[in-house]
Amino acid sequence: MNSFDIIGPVMVGPSSSHTAGAAKIGNIARKLLGTPVQDADIYFHGSFLATGKGHGTDKALIAGLLGFPVDDPRIADSFRYAEENGMKYRMSGIDLGDVHPNSVKLILTGTNGRKMEMVAASVGGGAIQVTEIDGLATNFSGDYPTLVVSNLDQPGHITEITSMLSHKSINIATMQVYRSSKGGHAVIVVECDQEVPETAIRWLAHLEGILNVTYLGLKDKA
Amino acid sequence: MYQSFQQIIEIEKNTGKSFWEIVRDDDCKEMEITPEDAFQKMTEMYEAMRSADSSYDPTLSSASGLVGRDGEKVAAARRNGTLLSGSFLGLIMEKAIKMGESNACMKRIVAAPTAGSCGVIPAVFLSLQEEKKYPVEEMVKALYVSAGIGGIIAQRASVSGAAGGCQAEIGAASAMAAGGVAFLLGGDAEAISHAAAMAMKNLLGLACDPVAGLVEVPCVKRNVIGAVNALTSADLAGAGIRSRIPPDEVFDAMRNVGRMLPEDLKETGKGGLAATPTGIAFRNNLKTF
Repeated sequence: MNSFDIIGPVMVGPSSSHTAGAAKIGNIARKLLGTPVQDADIYFHGSFLATGKGHGTDKALIAGLLGFPVDDPRIADSFRYAEENGMKYRMSGIDLGDVHPNSVKLILTGTNGRKMEMVAASVGGGAIQVTEIDGLATNFSGDYPTLVVSNLDQPGHITEITSMLSHKSINIATMQVYRSSKGGHAVIVVECDQEVPETAIRWLAHLEGILNVTYLGLKDKA
Repeated sequence: MYQSFQQIIEIEKNTGKSFWEIVRDDDCKEMEITPEDAFQKMTEMYEAMRSADSSYDPTLSSASGLVGRDGEKVAAARRNGTLLSGSFLGLIMEKAIKMGESNACMKRIVAAPTAGSCGVIPAVFLSLQEEKKYPVEEMVKALYVSAGIGGIIAQRASVSGAAGGCQAEIGAASAMAAGGVAFLLGGDAEAISHAAAMAMKNLLGLACDPVAGLVEVPCVKRNVIGAVNALTSADLAGAGIRSRIPPDEVFDAMRNVGRMLPEDLKETGKGGLAATPTGIAFRNNLKTF
């Protein structure tokens, strides 16, 4: 913690969790998709659903999907910018069950046709957690370059990822491994201290048994 | 960041460094940046507060319609000379309301320490600078003092309404502002600590009971009491008055009170003003998706 966790962030109001956090979720989703968003289905859960309209959670999320940062004054008018950018969206409520009260589910299609489903929560003070990608559980903050690999649950894939990172001199900050069932789908989430180069990601994506690789770079390429 | 006022008071005694320098130097270590860059970053925060203040839009209301347009009413009363509080306190009141409303109306603000309490520090600091013509550098140093106090509160207690009630938002902002003003009045680390402690004592136990769960009622107007309370507490410290309960113990009491507060009074929108018939009616009329 430092002084700017206390004095700051500079943000568009009214709420760090319901406004700034929502904008950050939109931002992270766009970066994970890796391309501008063409179409979005947005489902608000819990407190996001109950008070989101009053907190501008809807506007902040759309702003995030457009790539606007949390202190961008355009957040208040994001619906208009979405229209100008040809981004389509629909919003509704949902009960996601026993998840964080400030949760939202997004079903996105990128301008290049790529599809992604994501569930994320705004956990306070503008910090977020991505809790699900394409139906598989994850748990990362979006504050680090993050590699999300979906693969078949079989031996060797962790080694492939870690040896690639080692080869590129990338340090692993955290690593989580989940699976849907034995021998079924698995997902490996690796938070890194350095950016992962695109060539390495492409190499990984072509390996047998690797179903999909999603990468969150901190630089916006979309 | 430091965890106690006593620690900072002792460092001041042993090194002769001022409260703000002690906080800044700790930041430089933590963030691995130079003192110049750190000071520049805090200057940007102060300038962001100033630009948030000057970009107030008197025509805006919040999405719920619960708040907006009141800042201009205080401004008009001040211009007409009808405020019993006088022009200077009136200016503080005006800026506090305006910033709270700007936040509710989705304008760009600086969370200090939270968005709901974002009007307290700018209202006091910007008004004081207009009145006393302090150079910007002095205001930025005062902001460092406020940050140091907020850091102590965050570690000993909390700066989140959901965890500690409104005493942790408006109360914390008020204590932070009071310490900053005590510094501007020439106070040492001891005077700063006692100004912060006296400010907190007045707001100990304040419920966080937002109507319909929105950062609007009573949040916007509470920025006024946080700001005015900061000024009077700093004046008491400047006059040589000390808190009978040592500052660190005051903030420990704040932590304990926060724990004792029922969940209904910690940002859930279930108790206090939120649970009044009118508060419930507002909630029921709120649009959802």
